[in-house]
Amino acid sequence: MIEAHGLTKRYGDKLAVDDLTFTIKPGIVTGFLGPNGAGKSTTIRMIMGLDEPTAGSVTVNGRPYAEHAAPLREVGALLEARAVHTGRSAYNHLLALAATTGVPRRRVDEVVDLVGLREVARKRVGGFSLGMGQRLGIASALLGDPSTLILDEPVNGLDPEGILWIRNLLKAFAAEGRTVFVSSHLMSEMALTAEQLIIVGRGKLIADVSVAEFTRSSRHSVRVRSPQAGVLRDALAGPEVTVSTPEADVLEIDGLDSETVGRIAAEHGVMLFELVPHTASLEEAFMELTRDDVEFRGNESAGLVGAGRGA
Amino acid sequence: MTTATVAAPELSARNVKVTQARVVTSEWIKMRSLRSTVYTLIASIAITVGLGLLFASFAVARLNRPGHLHIDPVTLTLRGAFLSQLAIGVLGVLLITGEYSTGMIRATMSAVPRRLPVLWAKLGLFGVVAAVASIASAFAAFLGGQAILSSKHIGASLSDPGVLRAVIGAGLYLAVVGLLGMALGFIIRNTAGAITTLFGILLILPVLGQVLPADWATHVVPYLPSNAGQAIMALHPDPTTLAPWTGFALFVGYAAVAVAVAAVLLKRRDA
Repeated sequence: MIEAHGLTKRYGDKLAVDDLTFTIKPGIVTGFLGPNGAGKSTTIRMIMGLDEPTAGSVTVNGRPYAEHAAPLREVGALLEARAVHTGRSAYNHLLALAATTGVPRRRVDEVVDLVGLREVARKRVGGFSLGMGQRLGIASALLGDPSTLILDEPVNGLDPEGILWIRNLLKAFAAEGRTVFVSSHLMSEMALTAEQLIIVGRGKLIADVSVAEFTRSSRHSVRVRSPQAGVLRDALAGPEVTVSTPEADVLEIDGLDSETVGRIAAEHGVMLFELVPHTASLEEAFMELTRDDVEFRGNESAGLVGAGRGA
Repeated sequence: MTTATVAAPELSARNVKVTQARVVTSEWIKMRSLRSTVYTLIASIAITVGLGLLFASFAVARLNRPGHLHIDPVTLTLRGAFLSQLAIGVLGVLLITGEYSTGMIRATMSAVPRRLPVLWAKLGLFGVVAAVASIASAFAAFLGGQAILSSKHIGASLSDPGVLRAVIGAGLYLAVVGLLGMALGFIIRNTAGAITTLFGILLILPVLGQVLPADWATHVVPYLPSNAGQAIMALHPDPTTLAPWTGFALFVGYAAVAVAVAAVLLKRRDA
């Protein structure tokens, strides 16, 4: 369980995170979604006690992260920026982290096997590929067998097999009743793993919805092709309905489902060549929702570089 | 690769929590698992011992030639410490800035979010390691050097007044240089910046002190960090320097101030 109240972080005159309030519940995968630079990583750093909030607070399992006696038992985190000394072997890296909290060496062996790094565990991390680095980050997140897992862009650099593995891992974790919070800038990835979505743009909360609800609320339309398009258009007219004609004999109808359109056509004896229901993909819906924020970001990109921080 | 259960039930039964002793264990694993640490420490030892022997050999060679020569056999064989302070100081800096430059510090601070136990563990461990290595190499340099010098009957003995203090003092001075490097590493968090600052303090300040007007210099120069710290290595206290232990205590005081600043900043700043 992660609870944020009015969480705010300011770097100079830039508000990286602006008054975020949310609750991440156990037992499900919650996606943390937003365009690059929306403040996702900064939020995660504040959850982990790495950055001090300018205002507001965030707790994990009822307490600020730093106040837990065994933080690794509470939260396992994969931070977006690599957090490994490149001169040390993967095994010694994990051993050193485990030692802080009294996690036994046996557990280090377990997580090394679990993420599939056995063969390279004794090699220096400097030579690791992006995907191997991600696996090592996940291994360190799992070390303390934590009740909460926070992963910042975990599929970055993973091959398709690795991506599938991460999805299954997250779902298995949530199914055990643990809290899973995963950030991504890809809606399509979240649609496959998450049940709940926290969507942010420019540091502000845009939406806190279930994936099902998000899908339902996205735009539905029906495309019809008919030699009697004009007749059908008049028959469909209504207060909640908008009809456009992108090309001759084709109608695009918003506000009615495909069954209703088909029934009205039959009642008026209109012949149909095509009747295609179209649901905006989650990706389209997400882009629609965050468009303004992305555009605003683009204009400010010079200022962002000056801030010198991956948000 | 497996997607099987990731649970580790035995962990919940164990007494798993962060303690200072465990953080020390963790830092010890980190310290010995980096090649650069080991190599730099060996370099520091080799410089102290090697130069001590080399300077002793030079002195013997010069005695073979005609002319008057004044030799302080103790200071001569400990002179390697002036160079090896570079190695040990750089090592102190790197042990900290290496974590910042690689991002390791975020993993460290996530595991120990109270942060200060990490500072104490790093300082304590490195203080002991640096002191043991430096004192041992100071003894090796002294004893080896005296063996060379004794062929000309100009050697000194550990039982001579002040000699033991000077030899151990050379090692202690080096250890404190290392700790000062660590504190600067935490304050500046950047390798180049911290090393420059450390050597600016140790090497450049005394040079600048020499250009002060004479009546100022007597009030400033002996109190500069490296001059104060090196007083403990001088066999015959010079009237222009502080007494051995007074000087060393002042040097430790400077290092302690740096550590205090490092502790406050570590606690306050975003990692």
